Amino acid sequence: MLTVTDLSKSFISPDGERVEIVNVPAFALAADEQLALRGESGSGKTTFLNLIAGILAADTGRVTIEGAEMTALSEPRRDRLRAEKLGYIFQSFNLLQGYTVLENVVLGMSFGPRGADRAHAREMLERVGLGHRLDHFPGQLSSGQQQRVAVARALVNRPKLVLADEPTGNLDRKHAHESLVLIGEVCREHGAALLLVSHNEETLGHFQQRRDFAEINKGSAALQPAPKISGAP
Amino acid sequence: MTLPLIIYRSLRQHALSTIITAGSIALACGLLMCVWMVKTQSQTAFTQTTTGFDAVLGARGSKLQLVLNAIFHLEASAGNLAYADYEAIKRHPAVKAAIPIAVGDNLRGYRLVGTLPELFQQVEYTPGRKFALQTGGKIFRADAREAVVGAFAAERLRLNVGSRFRPFHGLAFDPKSEHTDDYVVSGILAQTNTPADRVIWIPLHGIQTMSGHDPKAATDVSAVLVQLRTPSAGFMLDLMYNKQGTRLTLAYPVGAIIAELFNKISWFDQVLTLVAYLVALVAAASVLTSIYNSMSARGRDLAILRALGAQRRTIFGAVVAEAACIGVLGAIAGYAVYFALFAGVAGVIRSQTGVVLNVLARHPVLWICPVAMIALCALGGIVPAFKAYRTPVAETLAPVS
Repeated sequence: MLTVTDLSKSFISPDGERVEIVNVPAFALAADEQLALRGESGSGKTTFLNLIAGILAADTGRVTIEGAEMTALSEPRRDRLRAEKLGYIFQSFNLLQGYTVLENVVLGMSFGPRGADRAHAREMLERVGLGHRLDHFPGQLSSGQQQRVAVARALVNRPKLVLADEPTGNLDRKHAHESLVLIGEVCREHGAALLLVSHNEETLGHFQQRRDFAEINKGSAALQPAPKISGAP
Repeated sequence: MTLPLIIYRSLRQHALSTIITAGSIALACGLLMCVWMVKTQSQTAFTQTTTGFDAVLGARGSKLQLVLNAIFHLEASAGNLAYADYEAIKRHPAVKAAIPIAVGDNLRGYRLVGTLPELFQQVEYTPGRKFALQTGGKIFRADAREAVVGAFAAERLRLNVGSRFRPFHGLAFDPKSEHTDDYVVSGILAQTNTPADRVIWIPLHGIQTMSGHDPKAATDVSAVLVQLRTPSAGFMLDLMYNKQGTRLTLAYPVGAIIAELFNKISWFDQVLTLVAYLVALVAAASVLTSIYNSMSARGRDLAILRALGAQRRTIFGAVVAEAACIGVLGAIAGYAVYFALFAGVAGVIRSQTGVVLNVLARHPVLWICPVAMIALCALGGIVPAFKAYRTPVAETLAPVS
């Protein structure tokens, strides 16, 4: 489903030094697999997900999703592949504040091959328990509800791979638990693989399969405490 | 559906700047269309307004003043000419018809013009159209104190058939200079959309013998309106009166003399047009700056859209289309500005000259200007669109701590 080979990414630090954030010789995720990666803040987890998603260009290496080599594609094709195959749940939800809940989810499928399907978006929101909040704006929702919108948006396009970056970082314990259960269930229902990264042990505890990001990432930044690097997420 | 949604939401999110920017575009668009339409329509209307006459004979002086006074009922008379001069030109074989007029009195600012009943019976004020009276009216008798009132003047002065009035001396209204002569309205003219609509017509003899007027000038006329048998006759009379003679002036051809006036004041509409162009440029620049400035605030939204799979060119297109949409809103509102401005200007021109401009007239500028404005706005959107195009997704989406 997902294979990563010799993937690396460096940034220039404010001191002018090149710092290698990600250096993953090999990584793979099977279809339907749900894996949680443990890593401290600044260890390069988000950069790793961004490289997989193709929203950040790698220095070297290959990312292959369902046989399509993301790193070899032109940017427009990467965008298309991301729209078709990937769902991304961000730590800060990244909902579009000026759009309604329904519109946020519709936009999650607008750039994919199926195009905007409001009926399906509505179904998805009903599935995550927000059928009664379709016309609300994100600012009118609780953090837990916003997270559910983000989950619905990531999964509405029936992706093959869902990337979740600290998805419970902004939630309290109760909502964090509910969200993780929801993400796991919905991914299983849709047959999507899930790759979650977090530093939170409680979050990681929800997953049977867990790995340390440091095990797979040989980047120099992984060996040091959270470097502050300009331009690096 | 996606692109319209993105544009709609962005316009909604920045509603205030959208409204202000669209407003400035509306102003520019409306002003441009108005300047253009007033210029072209008034030029056409004034140069074609001859009220059926080819030339005007008057005292020695400016041809333009003669035409403005005798045809448009504006300006003061350049002086009088003897009744014998009227009779002489009337008898000239090249002249088809000659109608004398006399001015010098008003009714609350609307001119009284003395003339002969033949003006209403014989003259076509525009090809195929003679003066007509509204129901119940009749033309004044040459020897009676009766008046035929132009449609606009009757409406403004609230005069009807049978109404009585006393004229005031002079061309400007002065309540202290009322004449003692009583006149009765015998008829109201049907609207002609010419300067005749603003005039109160009375018998020539009435003006000449009005109480308080100089008895020595009792047979003089202010001007003679002339219809020629052939156009070449005008040049012959021009030679006779203007080049060989020294006492009188023949203004011929009437349309060309008014066209000269427009040439003289062409600098004015050039200035207006320049102002309108500048307003248009400022409006386009405001589209650029308002969208450009909003880009910092919208960077995250654009990065989210990119993360959802939107391509750079989609984002670029959305921003340009948004700028064009602001242009469309401005252009639509520009029509409202145009109609309001044009109606105001046309109202002033009608009340001052009797010439009617058509607010609903069609002209290519009425679509060229809005389309050009929309294109200019889209052009203004290119710079911010390029900024949007270059939005770094991963950096912009980094969690804000």
